[in-house]
Amino acid sequence: MLKILKYSFYDLMRSRWSYVYFLFYLLLGFVLLFLNNDLSKAVITLMNVIIVLVPLIGTIFGVMYFYNSREFIELLLAQPLKRSSIFLGQFFGVATSLTLSLMLGLGIPFVLYGLFKSDAIWNFSLLLVTGSFLTFIFTGLAFNIALSNENKIKGFGYAVLLWLFLAVIYDGLFLLSLIIFEEYPLDTFSLAAAMANPIDLSRTLILLKLDISALLGYTGAVFKQFFGTNSGLIISFGLLLLWAILPIWSLSYKSRRKDF
Amino acid sequence: MNIRGLFILFFCTITGSGLWAKTIEVCYSCEVASVKEAIAMASDYDTVLVKKGTYKEYNLVIDKPMTLLGKGYPVIDGEDKGEIITITSDGVTVDGLFIINVGTSYTSDYAAIRVIKSKNFLIQNVVLEKLFFGIYLEKSQHGKVYNNKIVGDAVEEFNSGNGIQLWYCQYVDIDGNIVQHVRDGIYLEFSDNINISNNRSSDNVRYGLHFMFSNNDTYQNNVFENNGAGVAVMFSKEIKMIDNIFRKNWGPTSYGLLLKEINDAEIRGNTFEDNTTGITVEGTNRVRYEKNDFINNGWALKVRGACYGNIVINNNFLYNSFDVSYNSKLNDNVFDQNFWSSYTGYDLDKNGIGDVPYRPVKLFSYIVNRTPETIIMLRSLFMDIIDFSEKVSPVFTPDKLIDANPLMKKL
Repeated sequence: MLKILKYSFYDLMRSRWSYVYFLFYLLLGFVLLFLNNDLSKAVITLMNVIIVLVPLIGTIFGVMYFYNSREFIELLLAQPLKRSSIFLGQFFGVATSLTLSLMLGLGIPFVLYGLFKSDAIWNFSLLLVTGSFLTFIFTGLAFNIALSNENKIKGFGYAVLLWLFLAVIYDGLFLLSLIIFEEYPLDTFSLAAAMANPIDLSRTLILLKLDISALLGYTGAVFKQFFGTNSGLIISFGLLLLWAILPIWSLSYKSRRKDF
Repeated sequence: MNIRGLFILFFCTITGSGLWAKTIEVCYSCEVASVKEAIAMASDYDTVLVKKGTYKEYNLVIDKPMTLLGKGYPVIDGEDKGEIITITSDGVTVDGLFIINVGTSYTSDYAAIRVIKSKNFLIQNVVLEKLFFGIYLEKSQHGKVYNNKIVGDAVEEFNSGNGIQLWYCQYVDIDGNIVQHVRDGIYLEFSDNINISNNRSSDNVRYGLHFMFSNNDTYQNNVFENNGAGVAVMFSKEIKMIDNIFRKNWGPTSYGLLLKEINDAEIRGNTFEDNTTGITVEGTNRVRYEKNDFINNGWALKVRGACYGNIVINNNFLYNSFDVSYNSKLNDNVFDQNFWSSYTGYDLDKNGIGDVPYRPVKLFSYIVNRTPETIIMLRSLFMDIIDFSEKVSPVFTPDKLIDANPLMKKL
């Protein structure tokens, strides 16, 4: 598996898209910092970008890479190699290179602007950690979609739809249901619904750091327990980890049964 | 100053302190070993000097103008039996005492130091611990309360007292005190022309500073931190609130500043930082908010209704989750020339003022008012999209509530 990981990682490192992705974040970081010169403010703006963009790029890139390297996968399958290690190797190759682009792309401008001397460092590292989690989760989901759909167009369609659903439509339905059922006690439901979507989950995690004072404005025992103590942070991280493991597990399960 | 004035001053000095006033010392080995006895022995304008040690006494009544001075912080331990010092005369000074164990009662308000119907009193450098009420001034005028430290152990509102309480007082200066862990740090009821400055009121169960039916008061350069709510100003007129800091008042009913039924007040140069709600207002008229900084609050300004003719001008609104929240569609208040960190407009004519007006009330804050659980959708992409559409054509939020001249740079 490690050999395949290494191969696809180096393959991606040489590819144009990794550089484009890296340069995009580098530019974004520099422009943001140049425009407002305030690390904490830039972190907040970046959060909005990361939560939407990272999943999108993870999804598109994952699907694209999988379809492109289909011939190579078929070649590998002819060799005496474990199936799960072929797919997992490829998956980790893509996810790691994307994460690396994200970290370096954003890390370099922030470090140059004096990140280590400011108190925004915790918020920023939280941002990078959630960004990496999102990359892994959405690349994993994209691989799953690509593996189950031979048809490229269909695969792309599903992948984009998945992103659109989790990033926008889910929140809309969520909000609608909260307003429709506003007569009922909703705090447990709203927390559960936020936990069930990786994008909302990462958003909650960042809210815990940035907007804690507003979150405490709502009177609810469950909310207070969740946001007022460390349990919120621990539960969110646990679930995010679960979200990252789930697609990987399903990928290895599917790849073992798939008929090529 | 003319010759006659000088002569009078000279005469007063000689007669006041030099000739007649004497000092009575109190210590374990002195002639007088009890503070009560010493106060009884003293005549007008004498000084009772209490030396280091612990004196288990209560109900000390000072009924003549005199000075009660502690040296090396002598402890007066009330042993929870009742009130400790009661001042009923004009011109009394209490200085440098350490008073502990004031009795708790549900029928009378025992205080560590109570001043009744007196003028020209001075209470300074006193440390109070384990108290019920701290310094209780009633119907008194022209007094000073300087540099005291009051540390209570209040947990619940119903069985705790206030740090410094004023009831029907006038012209009192409260300066440089530290008040912690009591019910209300400083409480004013029916008290006018009071000046409260340079105090630090923190970790109190209810309010850091509380006004009730008190007019023409000023508080400035105080710090209010981590209280149930920072400052509550209720049913009062012409209060000046200048250069104070309100910080970390967290919780569903926590505010940096709570204004209720306030007319003609001035709020200038204050900093509201990390509060759940910076200022919450209800029924206020003609209040002027100027040059304040609202930083990292959940809600910077929450307007609940019946507020007319208020002016919000030249403030900084920085990184608040919500800048302004309104619960009605009517607006009679003016927002002008503030800096809003979430302003996204442009300034083509480069006059420092944004060319498009800013709408401080977002649709989301309207939704959160209606269904509080939706707070969990904060900063979601969907929310941003509908906020944007509301901004373009307001339906739910007051459409006349705009800052027509938002500043491009922080003040």
